[in-house]
Amino acid sequence: MHSFTVRIGPVGFRVGSAWPRPVAALEAIYAGYPGPRDGIADFTVRLEPERPWRRFVRPSVAIRGDFILPDAVPMALRHGFLAAEMGMNLQMALGQRRFLLLHASAVERDGRVLLMTGESGAGKSTLAALLGERGWRLMGDEFALVDPVSGLIHAFPRAVSLKNAAIAMLRAEASEDRFGPELDGTPKGTLRHLRPRADAVARMDEPAAPALLLFPRYGHDRAIRPMGEAEIFVRLTQASTNYVALGEAGHAALARLVKTVPTRAIDYPDSAAALAIVDMLWAEQAR
Amino acid sequence: MPRRYRADPRSERISVEMEGMAVIYHRPSGITHLLAAPAPEILDALSDQALDVDGIAACLAAEFEIAAEDEIAAVVADRLIELEGAGLVARI
Repeated sequence: MHSFTVRIGPVGFRVGSAWPRPVAALEAIYAGYPGPRDGIADFTVRLEPERPWRRFVRPSVAIRGDFILPDAVPMALRHGFLAAEMGMNLQMALGQRRFLLLHASAVERDGRVLLMTGESGAGKSTLAALLGERGWRLMGDEFALVDPVSGLIHAFPRAVSLKNAAIAMLRAEASEDRFGPELDGTPKGTLRHLRPRADAVARMDEPAAPALLLFPRYGHDRAIRPMGEAEIFVRLTQASTNYVALGEAGHAALARLVKTVPTRAIDYPDSAAALAIVDMLWAEQAR
Repeated sequence: MPRRYRADPRSERISVEMEGMAVIYHRPSGITHLLAAPAPEILDALSDQALDVDGIAACLAAEFEIAAEDEIAAVVADRLIELEGAGLVARI
């Protein structure tokens, strides 16, 4: 069994793999990250052959861990790295109890956090990655961790998952050694992972207060729309993977976020337009 | 005797107002409900005592200072069906 451990923000992971390649890919993309606190992982992901004999015949990877996705489609072995990433995300989504988890990207500037949430394809990951190369600290492209006690956002700066056109966009901004292998033919098209900047990794234990929440939507004419509190609340419960599991603490954390953080829905035709809107709204809320 | 209804005590609900609606966390079930008036007021009335439809309508009429209790009773009856389905009120 080949094994890899890493700490991403407050969460320690251990990945065990029957094959060396996914572990080598994880070691490369997470170079410079610390190990789990006290050496103990919060979550374990195992990549194992579906049946022992398949390891020799036609390798495919099944994700196994503390939580099991019953219909997880075994992926070809060369996507084992992707399977490990999916397993880590899945366990965070289902097992995290210390924080309210939002499907949102988070970037920080001047000690305050911009959150962007939305469905897959809304652009939250790409926009966060771009901002992370342009003076903001990337706190995470996929999950924002809301501390139910303090209301602060904790960073979860896993490797950014770039899809299709976003890959070229970020290759123009970041050095080649920060990219993982190109994974083509995945259910989401071509994927490539990007390691956040070294300062984002070094500062991942610094939480910060949320200051602006955006619901971006890609592929529409430029528009900025205010949203009502009840709509925001309902959409955030949908964006959270563990709102129900957190019970009363989740309700309180979400209500505080909705009541205190200015929120806008934004439509944008391209990344440049989105970044201009972000600049404008950020300057407005900072006044 | 008309059917009477009862809700959990107020302490079993955490309510946050948003856009005139109540975002209510119901402790016994762990379910969050988004309720528009007069549903939250019906829950409050039934937290203190068991009441029938007319009794609830009288409470609401007093709270909202409306005279037409007959019309309120029709609304209350509809909301009670929904609240019972949501597990927030029970017949006794």
